[in-house]
Amino acid sequence: MIIGIPAERASHEKRVALSPGSVADAIKLGFIVSVETGAGVAAGFSDDEYRDHGAEIVETAERLYQTSEIIIKIRPPSRPNAQGPGEFSLLSSGKVLISLIAPGQNPDLLESLAEQGITTLAMDAVPRISRAQKLDTLSSMANVAGYRAVVEAANHFGRFFTGQVTAAGKVPPAKVLIIGAGVAGLAAIGAAAAMGAVVRAFDTRPEVKEQVESMGAEFLMLDFEEEGSGEGGYAKVMSEAFIAAEMRLFQEQARDVDIIITTALIPGKPAPKLILAETARLMRAGSVIVDLAAEQGGNCELTQPGEVVCEAGITVIGFTDLPSRMAAQSSQLYGNNVVHLLTELCPNKDGQVGVDMADEVIRGLTVVNGREVTWPPPPPRLSAAPPPPQTSSSAAVTPQPGSKERSVLGSVVGLAVVIGLILGVGALAPKSFMGHFTVFVLAVFVGWQVIWNVTPALHTPLMSVTNAISGIIVVGALLQMSSTSGLVTLLAIVALFVSSINIFGGFWVTQRMLRMFRKDT
Amino acid sequence: MAQGLTSAVYIAASILFILSLGGLSNQESARQGNLFGIAGMALAISATLLAFTPASYGLVLGVMAFGGAAGSTLAARVEMTAMPQLVAILHSFVGLAAVLVGFGSFLEPAAHFTGAEKVVHGIEVFLGVLIGAVTFTGSVAAFGKLQGILSSRPLTLPGRHLINLAIGLGCIWLGVLFVGAESPAAGIWPLLIMTGLAFVFGLHMVLAIGGADMPVVISMLNSYSGWAAAATGFMLSNDLLIVTGALVGSSGAILSYIMCRAMNRRFLSVILGGFGGEAANGSGPLIEGEAVAISTEETVQLLTSAKSVVIVPGYGMAVAHAQHPVSELVKNLKAKGIETRFAIHPVAGRMPGHMNVLLAEARVPYDIVLEMDEVNSDLPQTDVVLVIGANDIVNPAAQEVPDSPIAGMPVLEVWKANTTIVLKRSMATGYAGIDNPLFYRDNSRMLFGDAKESISAVLASL
Repeated sequence: MIIGIPAERASHEKRVALSPGSVADAIKLGFIVSVETGAGVAAGFSDDEYRDHGAEIVETAERLYQTSEIIIKIRPPSRPNAQGPGEFSLLSSGKVLISLIAPGQNPDLLESLAEQGITTLAMDAVPRISRAQKLDTLSSMANVAGYRAVVEAANHFGRFFTGQVTAAGKVPPAKVLIIGAGVAGLAAIGAAAAMGAVVRAFDTRPEVKEQVESMGAEFLMLDFEEEGSGEGGYAKVMSEAFIAAEMRLFQEQARDVDIIITTALIPGKPAPKLILAETARLMRAGSVIVDLAAEQGGNCELTQPGEVVCEAGITVIGFTDLPSRMAAQSSQLYGNNVVHLLTELCPNKDGQVGVDMADEVIRGLTVVNGREVTWPPPPPRLSAAPPPPQTSSSAAVTPQPGSKERSVLGSVVGLAVVIGLILGVGALAPKSFMGHFTVFVLAVFVGWQVIWNVTPALHTPLMSVTNAISGIIVVGALLQMSSTSGLVTLLAIVALFVSSINIFGGFWVTQRMLRMFRKDT
Repeated sequence: MAQGLTSAVYIAASILFILSLGGLSNQESARQGNLFGIAGMALAISATLLAFTPASYGLVLGVMAFGGAAGSTLAARVEMTAMPQLVAILHSFVGLAAVLVGFGSFLEPAAHFTGAEKVVHGIEVFLGVLIGAVTFTGSVAAFGKLQGILSSRPLTLPGRHLINLAIGLGCIWLGVLFVGAESPAAGIWPLLIMTGLAFVFGLHMVLAIGGADMPVVISMLNSYSGWAAAATGFMLSNDLLIVTGALVGSSGAILSYIMCRAMNRRFLSVILGGFGGEAANGSGPLIEGEAVAISTEETVQLLTSAKSVVIVPGYGMAVAHAQHPVSELVKNLKAKGIETRFAIHPVAGRMPGHMNVLLAEARVPYDIVLEMDEVNSDLPQTDVVLVIGANDIVNPAAQEVPDSPIAGMPVLEVWKANTTIVLKRSMATGYAGIDNPLFYRDNSRMLFGDAKESISAVLASL
């Protein structure tokens, strides 16, 4: 089948759906790839580079849309408007469209696509399950956005991120607060920490604490009991009391930090307002706020989507096109996601795609199948983080308290039996025996104490050395060598022989093994 | 040599033996520990020879030299992968010696015991021979299984518990006859028959235990060989033998206990055997997903792009003799700045500490060879885990499936790492006979083939 990669028509959109590298991957799957001329120029990919990777360059969008059976885009197809007929009119029935769609926000687009009979796979509707992670463009774009947010912040921030002590004086490190530790938040933490800033992060989901700390930030805890995990690994709307506590925390932090990057989104809802205008004004002049939720209305009240505004010396960045501002990187990642999707759609690598609605992942991202709108999909079966009740399954395996009590009782009974036996032996056995018996019991205890200290790595040498030592039975054989009975002497000779094998073999092999154990030099 | 002096030397030898075992508590002092053991043994033998002049020194020294030469040759030639076999066969020698010394002590015409002492001596001889005989054939059977002469599958005779019970009761009855016998001539038959029964018992007991339970069997036989020496000490009224036997006996007992705990099984259930024989029953829950195979090139890519790698070796590495290429691989990865470590499960392999010895042989520094408890908490931060010929010890079912046959067994939580690559010959189940959900995880990849060849191929493309 022929894949068509049109140039994006939306203004400010610099990305392209497949990078030259991804084109080569798609060709390996058996597809033919056509690219509209100049499609990759804004992202830094020339037509020649595409040609080198096996793509065919098509001069006009009309021709591309006509000849291709699969159209892969970034932005949803534009509708007819004042500027022109829009991309939508170029799509004809029976084609497959792979693109970002934002199906929740664009129900009428879905209707129109279904009317046209265009099977649509929405790259932003990939189910949040671990198997589908390699298709998840939201994650890869969020990763780019998080990184870029730090770069934008640094660009508008008048100081170093890293603290320095120079001949000219001491420079304190910048303090960065990241709100929301999703993919974007974590990427921002990583980038800011790598630049040397002191990074703190907040999230309503306590289970992300470890991830935050692993990226090098301090996790701000809210002294409040409420589970913030919603379905599919996203956060959910929190209670009023929680939000009040959260606001106090942000106000406290605003006085202290230099940069705030907000990434809080709740699916299908406007972004929560976390940084109120008065909170933002608490920040020192020269501070920067980057609002990654600007497209959904913004986490900060001062945010103007798409704009950089400056109020009371505080810069508020509301860019909605951060991934597009790193077009080469974003295009490469988006292309990789698309190639993973093509691999799923085309398991036989024959260049033919089949939409298998029984597959949970494919079902989730297919928003129009033929002439039918198939969105929203049934809820995903698994959450990215297991909900609390599931953890009890591991507890079920641990022993029950009852059995422990019984084992204590058992050891008491066992001890009593042993003491009874020793008393019984003492009452019946002759005196000479009791002397040896004392030695025996004490030796058992000494052995018991000493052996526990042996490191497990040396268990094999331990066995071979105890083996050699138990060759001490040779003493018994030696004592019998002086016997007057020929038969006894014969038995003793054989015993002497085998126990000698034991002594020499055991010590020798132990020494050989121990010589091998060495430390890294 | 005066008897007091002999006793003093025996005390010194006992102390040296205790120091020897104590020295094994860490790698730095281990070699010294072994030398203490050798010194103790030399002292004990010299003192015995000086105190109790044998009929012919030449004969004694000749036999010892002969046995010593045989033992040394064995020890110098054995391959490290064959260590379990060597240890097993050495155990059998102690058992055999205990039987022979026991018979010698019984037949010794110079010995005269009366009254309670005669009864006690009779019991001592009987027990010494019994334990020695069980140790002897048990160890021979273990050797056969480890060497591959005998099938490693458990032999489950019909009514095997009844057979064991009958042998046990028969031995008690023979013991009563033996102790009650008036003359050596009357006593020899019960003793001989009991020895035969004990031989059968030892053989049957170990044959009923499957291959992967061998760590427990070997430690148990180690313990038995100690008890046999201690029993011999009682019958000869020799404290040195008693002390040494007791040390070895408790050492083996502790090892058995550690091994059982590492498999979350009761000692008795291991000894009664038959585990893994009913493999088909362990169907377990339905496992969803599919195992994803991986090529050598992809493995190399994963390894080289990782920051930290943990290698989990199992018996499969020993079988394939893959320890040397694995060691090379580790050197290579470390040279690239990738943190590489080993994680050893207590029952990996066929005897306690088996994997450590193999890795030491391949010159892997022991400070990167870690125990399960040291590694488990690091695994979630590990990029790639390489599982080489291990199965049950990395099975998540032990934690997640309450009715699994291995439920509750401590396992290496390799599935928590970013990616787990499993080197395996096929999709066959491990010793426990249950399917391993690890292979079907999203972050698991299967590299099929012989471990040695696979690792060598990876090395070649690195």
